[in-house]
Amino acid sequence: MSDPILSVRNLTIRFKGDGRETQVVHGVDFDIHPGETLALVGESGSGKSVTSFALMRLLPEAPRCRIDGQIRMGGTDLLALTEPQMAAYRGPRIAMIFQEPLTSLNPVHRVGDQIAEAIRFHRKMDRTAIRARVLELLRMVGIPDPERRMMAYPHEMSGGMRQRVVIAMALALEPELLIADEPTTALDVTVQAQILDLLRDLQKRTGMAMLFITHDFGVVAEIAERVMVMYSGRIVEEGSLGAVLERPRMPYTSGLLASVPRFEDAGQSKGPLGTIEGFVPSPDKLPAGCSFHPRCPQFRPGLCDQRMPELLPHGRPAHPVRCLRAPDLSLVPEVPA
Amino acid sequence: MLRFLVNRILQGCVLILIVSMIGFAVINLAPGGPLSQYAMTPGMSQADLDRIAHQMGLDRPLPVQYLDWLGNMLTGDWGRSYRDQSPVLDVVWRHLGATLLLMGTSTAIAIALGTMVGVLGALKRYSIFDYMATVGAMIALSIPTFWFGLVAIFIFSLELGWLPAGSMYTVGDQSLGDYLIHLIMPSLVLALVNVAIWSRYMRTATLDVMHQDFVRTARAKGLPRWRIVSAHIVRNALIPMITLAGLQLPTIIGGALVTETVFTWPGLGRLFIDSLGYNDYPVIMGLLMFSAILTVIGNFLADIGVAFADPRIRLG
Repeated sequence: MSDPILSVRNLTIRFKGDGRETQVVHGVDFDIHPGETLALVGESGSGKSVTSFALMRLLPEAPRCRIDGQIRMGGTDLLALTEPQMAAYRGPRIAMIFQEPLTSLNPVHRVGDQIAEAIRFHRKMDRTAIRARVLELLRMVGIPDPERRMMAYPHEMSGGMRQRVVIAMALALEPELLIADEPTTALDVTVQAQILDLLRDLQKRTGMAMLFITHDFGVVAEIAERVMVMYSGRIVEEGSLGAVLERPRMPYTSGLLASVPRFEDAGQSKGPLGTIEGFVPSPDKLPAGCSFHPRCPQFRPGLCDQRMPELLPHGRPAHPVRCLRAPDLSLVPEVPA
Repeated sequence: MLRFLVNRILQGCVLILIVSMIGFAVINLAPGGPLSQYAMTPGMSQADLDRIAHQMGLDRPLPVQYLDWLGNMLTGDWGRSYRDQSPVLDVVWRHLGATLLLMGTSTAIAIALGTMVGVLGALKRYSIFDYMATVGAMIALSIPTFWFGLVAIFIFSLELGWLPAGSMYTVGDQSLGDYLIHLIMPSLVLALVNVAIWSRYMRTATLDVMHQDFVRTARAKGLPRWRIVSAHIVRNALIPMITLAGLQLPTIIGGALVTETVFTWPGLGRLFIDSLGYNDYPVIMGLLMFSAILTVIGNFLADIGVAFADPRIRLG
């Protein structure tokens, strides 16, 4: 495989507040290769969004938040950059789209100006060239009548249209990596599908890599090639889309998969949808041993509550899992695909 | 837009009418009255007083007096000052310039300084600067203006002799420099409390905005920090401040009352105090109306300004 465009090593994130420190991400490692789509999946509170914000260095400043480890991009450790140096990476190298299209745009500026702004501060281009590029971008993300729409204010557009504007803004400088933090969660299902199609299509055209953050395995199946599952600030399973979806090795992953309704099952009585009992533990009250053990159907006392398992291949090098019971478990989704 | 205009003008007229009724009633209910100054004159008999009252129209029933005053006012005749018989509008006009000079300077200082202090305080929240600004604002707000005025006069006029203790110009000089020298102390003392108020509001508004999603989007675009602060944070934080600025307009009359008195500044505030002392009903009513009209205009301008600054707001 080619060299990764982004390598994350031992990424550790701690927040400080009220005199105590809470660690929310515990030594995360992963690589993203050119042109691939990597999905980062997990429930709310698993640390997936915090991880993605750390890659853009959008987390609060030093005393309130401590980030350790390395985020390497083309030989540079992003965590070692000064803020102005990092600003030069945001846009042309890494760009990001967000969960809330309704609030991600500044309400008092025209959308065309907001896209132009993303170009203006990185490239020396004159007004006409920037305007042409903005129109091209709006067309590319499928906004009809771009000459008129670029003059609109965000509140004059629907959620789907606004998300397209945010995408156009992120793609303005043809980044090598696009981080998409639940970009479809706030949208209607039909609009969701359109946006996923658009992102897939744009990726094909530009060859950018994509880190797709989501809690929805339905979306993962639509867009990802590789999947990482995150729980309580750690990666607990990693593998190709097919491997993870069809032969999950971590009880948490199979639990998540069992909770996704399937179209094929419609009208058949397969019983209620699967659920995972309990909640993601609060980061400052992680249980001893494997952090998933209190909710795990495969929990074995004396083993799982004793030590935190490593992320290990257990015989399948391309599909490591963080589970002490991996050697004696061979999990398939409770509802076969 | 036309409907908005018509609506606001009608509303404003009703408001001003109500203010005039209440104002007229309250002034006439207060003990004393314009005749009390004549009552002390030796040799003044009750018959003389009655004759003066009749000449001034004060012996008529109050509603008749009010309607008479209202009718005259609507035709541009705001009455004549009891003190020197000059028309009320002339009297107001004579004092307006001085007040505008003082209030305009001090408001400009207050807005510029208050905005800077507020934005910096919010950006560097919980820093030494932020704490100093907070404590400073508390001090400026809790100590009365006249005290600051007197202390400033004591230090800079009496002890150091750098600045004149009062009035707007030196008789016989009246150059621009002379006006400016006289303006420094009163405008800064007057600005002090407004800087405090404005910076507190601006700090809150900035904190509100800087944690919104679109500021994060702006950072994700790789914009330089100054651009994020100016085009995204401050630009949005100033919108609610427009309303506050509109409410400042009527304080032209009341706002400088104490300061004008302390610094013997010949403005509307002092005119108001003096007129109260003389029971100069026409001037008091004139100033009251002037203040009510400024309130209506200030609110109107603020609404237009907000609609102009925030595309989500439509007038109507």
